[in-house]
Amino acid sequence: MNKPASLPWFARHEFGLFWRDWISMMTAGRRQREIRLAGILAVALIFMHVLAFFVLVATVANGIALTIPVLVFLGGTMLLSFSLMLSQAMESVTRAFYARDDLDLILSSPAMVQRLFAVRITAISGITMSMSLLLAFPFINVMIYLDGPKWLAAFAVLGAMAAIATALAVAITILLFTTIGPARTRFISQLVAAIVGASFVIGIQIAAIVYFGNISRLDVLTSDILYSIVPGEDSWWWFPVRALAGEPASLILLLAAGVGTLALTIRLTADNFGDFIVAANGVSHNRDRSKATQPRFRSLNAAQALRMKEWILLKRDPWLVSQTLMQLLYLLPPAILLWRNFSGAASSLVILVPVIVMAAGQLAGGLAWLAISGEDAPDLVSTAPLTPHATIRAKIEAVMITIAAIFLPFIMALAFADGWIALVTITGVAISSICSIVIQLWFRKQARRSHFRRRQTSSRAATFAEAFSSILWAGTTGVAAVGSWLAIGLAIPAIIVMLIARAIAPSRQ
Amino acid sequence: MSEELSALSISHLYKSFDQPAVDGLCLNVRAGEFFALLGPNGAGKTTTLRMVSGLLRPDKGNISIFGIDALRNGIEAKKILAWVSDEPMIYEKLTPFEYLEFVAGLWQIEATVAQSRACELLEWLGLASNGDQRCESFSKGMRQKVALAGALIHNPKLIILDEPLTGLDAGSARQVKKVLKQRVNRGATVILTTHILEVAERMADRIGVIANGRLIAEGTLDDLQNLTGSNSDPAENSLEDIFLQLVGDQEKAA
Repeated sequence: MNKPASLPWFARHEFGLFWRDWISMMTAGRRQREIRLAGILAVALIFMHVLAFFVLVATVANGIALTIPVLVFLGGTMLLSFSLMLSQAMESVTRAFYARDDLDLILSSPAMVQRLFAVRITAISGITMSMSLLLAFPFINVMIYLDGPKWLAAFAVLGAMAAIATALAVAITILLFTTIGPARTRFISQLVAAIVGASFVIGIQIAAIVYFGNISRLDVLTSDILYSIVPGEDSWWWFPVRALAGEPASLILLLAAGVGTLALTIRLTADNFGDFIVAANGVSHNRDRSKATQPRFRSLNAAQALRMKEWILLKRDPWLVSQTLMQLLYLLPPAILLWRNFSGAASSLVILVPVIVMAAGQLAGGLAWLAISGEDAPDLVSTAPLTPHATIRAKIEAVMITIAAIFLPFIMALAFADGWIALVTITGVAISSICSIVIQLWFRKQARRSHFRRRQTSSRAATFAEAFSSILWAGTTGVAAVGSWLAIGLAIPAIIVMLIARAIAPSRQ
Repeated sequence: MSEELSALSISHLYKSFDQPAVDGLCLNVRAGEFFALLGPNGAGKTTTLRMVSGLLRPDKGNISIFGIDALRNGIEAKKILAWVSDEPMIYEKLTPFEYLEFVAGLWQIEATVAQSRACELLEWLGLASNGDQRCESFSKGMRQKVALAGALIHNPKLIILDEPLTGLDAGSARQVKKVLKQRVNRGATVILTTHILEVAERMADRIGVIANGRLIAEGTLDDLQNLTGSNSDPAENSLEDIFLQLVGDQEKAA
């Protein structure tokens, strides 16, 4: 038994909470789903290993030499992972600073809050590593099987990268805290997290478009231009890649850098953790004034009032704004491609169509959940003198107008280049968005707006239906854009998905 | 009592979940009175009031609000009704002014009228200096007052409050009570559930006691004292004594 309030005691406490939270999230609180969940995870793991084997077997057949192309490819993959890790860590660190949960209890106890901070930051590092492992685990295992145990080092490298990403995330968050204040840090750090997460992928895509006229990241990572400008094989710069491939000295150096950076960050910032939490939770928009500024009320009918309310709340939701921004950032490379091809061959524009339709479907699903299920004052809206039908219609209108405002500029740009592709895209965006909204309507379940991130857990069926619908409509629209009748073949499964969702949905109003 | 004078008339109301929550309840609340509905936990108070407010559909029975059949003509009934729950349900990211503008839109209040009422209500409730600040940083008392302002902005004829004073400090509770009393003086009808019996004793014109989903007693404090055969000395027969006797008798009978 660990001594109460000691580091291991806090670690055990935190791990217990995390484990229960994770299980509850994955099983939506139903214990009988645990066995099914374990089964699904096992099948997914086997599938990923088989996939990784077929991807790697030919490449690794003759062993892997750390030539420039290999170094560039592995280095690029590591940078991509690191940008995603940093994004994930920034979001987790921000949440750790602003979450209230049990902090009132712990801060008011005589326990040393520095220990809790150390445990929570280390846990964030562990979770960040686990997220990368989800994808990397099968590939590393297959590499160990095909090329030897030296690839075991990849696990340690991922750990070191996660530690550095977490340390950097803490440093950035604290820097924001001290420069722009706790009131703005939450919003800005989530925006920064979104930008960091998307930056590497988008950067490479933009480079691919500029140099090669297409959107393939692989073309950049395998290009002679890049090979000619990167440092030579023996350069010190490649030590993280050498660590990945199991070179002992590089591995020790990287591990020391990871553990050292994280430990130093914790050591330097832990003493102020309590102050940061107090500042974050004491964030107040109250200003020292005797009288508030009185805005002019607008004459709104019920539908307008509902739409206006939804838009204000969407605009003030930092997580949603950052997610939307990320989706828009991912649309940036296709937009640049569109711009480049404006006067050229329109055929390459076809690749934009499914991207836009898929993004619209996914965004519409999220917005619809917030508007329909995530109503924070259900009693107020239910006791207002308007029919439930009118309420739902106003909320759907708010979502559709938002989707239109976001995607119309892209579609208008497409229209200048190719009218047919624009017409098909706008149809696809409308159908995909409407399907996602309708799914959210069928599976609606009253929840707090702040539970948005967990919306997937309340109904797996809705999540899968929404994802499949968006993917299939994206495919349908993409094929339709090239004028092929095969689009009908993809539309049929999309319709079947909707019919299945309708059949299994609990709400039939 | 004639139907015209009834702010709320409930007859033979039934609602069951796993077991009966409201079991043939009949109740009349006169227009312009302050009515307190008391009962132990799980007695059916909140379920009853949620059915009156249109938040729950009864299994059986009738609800009439100022002569309007609330079950058949819910929209018309809602136009003259306001509901405030014990847990203030407001939007954290809206300011009180934005919240009140939204509520005014739902009830179709003309903008200039809504604005002047909003200012007046926030002034009364001591929130004048917080009108343009987001509710996320407000205390529970401030949130409850914002919710109350929202309920009052359309000048409802019937105001239903479920435990509105729970968690409020003495100052906030006094402000809320003052505003409610003002509304009654202006002709509105207030129905309030509370576990703070002193509030019912001091403020209510009449009191109803519910147990096991039925109305077991109704009347003024004097009526209830007579009903229980209590000593006429108020110092020895507080509402608490009467309430506990009534509920205790009911439990024995059950």
